[in-house]
Amino acid sequence: MTVQLPGLLDTEAIRKDFPVLDRTVHDGKKLVYLDNAATSQKPRQVLDVLNEYYERHNSNVHRGVHVLAEDATALYEGARDKVAGFINAPSRDEVIFTKNASESLNLVANMLGWADEPYRVDRGTEIVITEMEHHSNIVPWQLLAQRTGAKLKWFGLTDDGRLDLSNIDEVITEKTKVVSFVLVSNILGTLNPVEEIVRRAQEVGALVVIDASQAAPHMPLDVQALQADFVAFTGHKMCGPTGIGVLWGRQELLEDLPPFLGGGEMIETVSMHSSTYAPAPHKFEAGTPPIAQAIGLGAAVDYLTGIGMENIQAHEHAITEYAVRRLLEVPDLRIIGPTTAEDRGAAISFTLGDIHPHDVGQVLDEQGIAVRVGHHCARPVCLRYGIPATTRASFYLYSTPAEVDALVDGLEQVRNFFG
Amino acid sequence: MYQDVILDHYKHPQGRGLRDGDAEVHHVNPTCGDEITLRVKLDGETIEDVSYEGQGCSISQASASVLFELLVGKELADARKVQELFLELMQSKGQLEPDDAMEEVLEDAVAFAGVSKYPARVKCALLSWMAWKDATAQALSGDGAKETA
Repeated sequence: MTVQLPGLLDTEAIRKDFPVLDRTVHDGKKLVYLDNAATSQKPRQVLDVLNEYYERHNSNVHRGVHVLAEDATALYEGARDKVAGFINAPSRDEVIFTKNASESLNLVANMLGWADEPYRVDRGTEIVITEMEHHSNIVPWQLLAQRTGAKLKWFGLTDDGRLDLSNIDEVITEKTKVVSFVLVSNILGTLNPVEEIVRRAQEVGALVVIDASQAAPHMPLDVQALQADFVAFTGHKMCGPTGIGVLWGRQELLEDLPPFLGGGEMIETVSMHSSTYAPAPHKFEAGTPPIAQAIGLGAAVDYLTGIGMENIQAHEHAITEYAVRRLLEVPDLRIIGPTTAEDRGAAISFTLGDIHPHDVGQVLDEQGIAVRVGHHCARPVCLRYGIPATTRASFYLYSTPAEVDALVDGLEQVRNFFG
Repeated sequence: MYQDVILDHYKHPQGRGLRDGDAEVHHVNPTCGDEITLRVKLDGETIEDVSYEGQGCSISQASASVLFELLVGKELADARKVQELFLELMQSKGQLEPDDAMEEVLEDAVAFAGVSKYPARVKCALLSWMAWKDATAQALSGDGAKETA
């Protein structure tokens, strides 16, 4: 029997675009891929574009006057246009290609460490993050704090997996230079209240950085509506290749802030004594960029836009609602994070009695079900809830109610095995 | 992979709990969050006790229990041979089929042969063994004494 839920996409058609979803594992078991928060699978439309680029157009960008160099440059810069449109950036020059979200966040942290006033993070100033950040939005700020003497502060979490903003005026103060937080948590699934945090940050003149790695693949992303100063995300979680990330930043900031990595491509003129820099975004793209990967991301943006981000969001909402309901029927299962589908993404972490997530993941794998186990690069969250690790199932546009059912059945087998 | 021997040790761990020791170490497996605190007590060249406390998956916890059964009461030189053979088995990527001679040395630990096929889980099985090696080195150098105080 097929479960019908309102808002579902035509997954039968969509799944045909993703060759890997057809594969079987462990002697003929159907693959149930529920590790989309780690990385998404890639549609044929993206794979074809990558192949075609290497077969027909491969060259370096922004140099050379031959046909291939012009092809490659046009395709690479075309991908920038596509990404700018996808996130409603006011200008294409605000889109910086990086290798992943981690690099994007490290880039911002280093810009602010080397910046002049009024942006400079220094002794006597404060950096604010939250306890639900991925390590990639914790460690760069810890490094910046250690190197500059700035103080690192953070918002704690409520028992039901949301940000505790009750003390927002004490956490974000006149000393705060930058507030960096995740839009959708990769471990809890929580969708955070951007407006309230941005309002307070703007009151004290702090910059706002948003880690949208788990949001960009799953919902419409409008950097103007967010009112942030920087937004970071990665390509491989949104049907694109690995090795390509994005940092969007407000143009006036990108003009004022210093470069971090130096090298080819990011300069205007160079002498042995000093150099001047190219305007953004090239100022922040030293060296040969990930050209094919950027073009692949452009193809992924086309693919997702063709299906419609609102439709993807509605599909995942329906799947998440169903998954939360079914998972809560499993005895001894505790969801770590919000226990409803409201204001949450499609990553659901849970514990299953005393059974260690490693064992849960292994027994699920034997049934062809791929989940992530461990602390999901968000160890402070595990510490906060007093657990060593979680099992995480995460869904995407090709996930089906039948896959949720397979997971629930699989967990029953896990319980029988270790019970 | 989940042999009955492993599940038995997991459900009924031998020697668990921290007791007096000459050195104490704390090892973690950062990819998954398995942790162990392990103490070694030596009587000359003899292992008088190995005590431990930890949290983690069935493989890591059962492995510590097997280690306790295998090593306590042994001379250090013999214990090192057991440890080295277990390491060799775990690094064999499933290519090593335990024979009678190996089973005589490793006893229950041969049940972990199947784990060596799963690269992500080898570290779980080795966690307590690496902790034991480290604690023993500290106990012998005398560095560990203050840490158990």
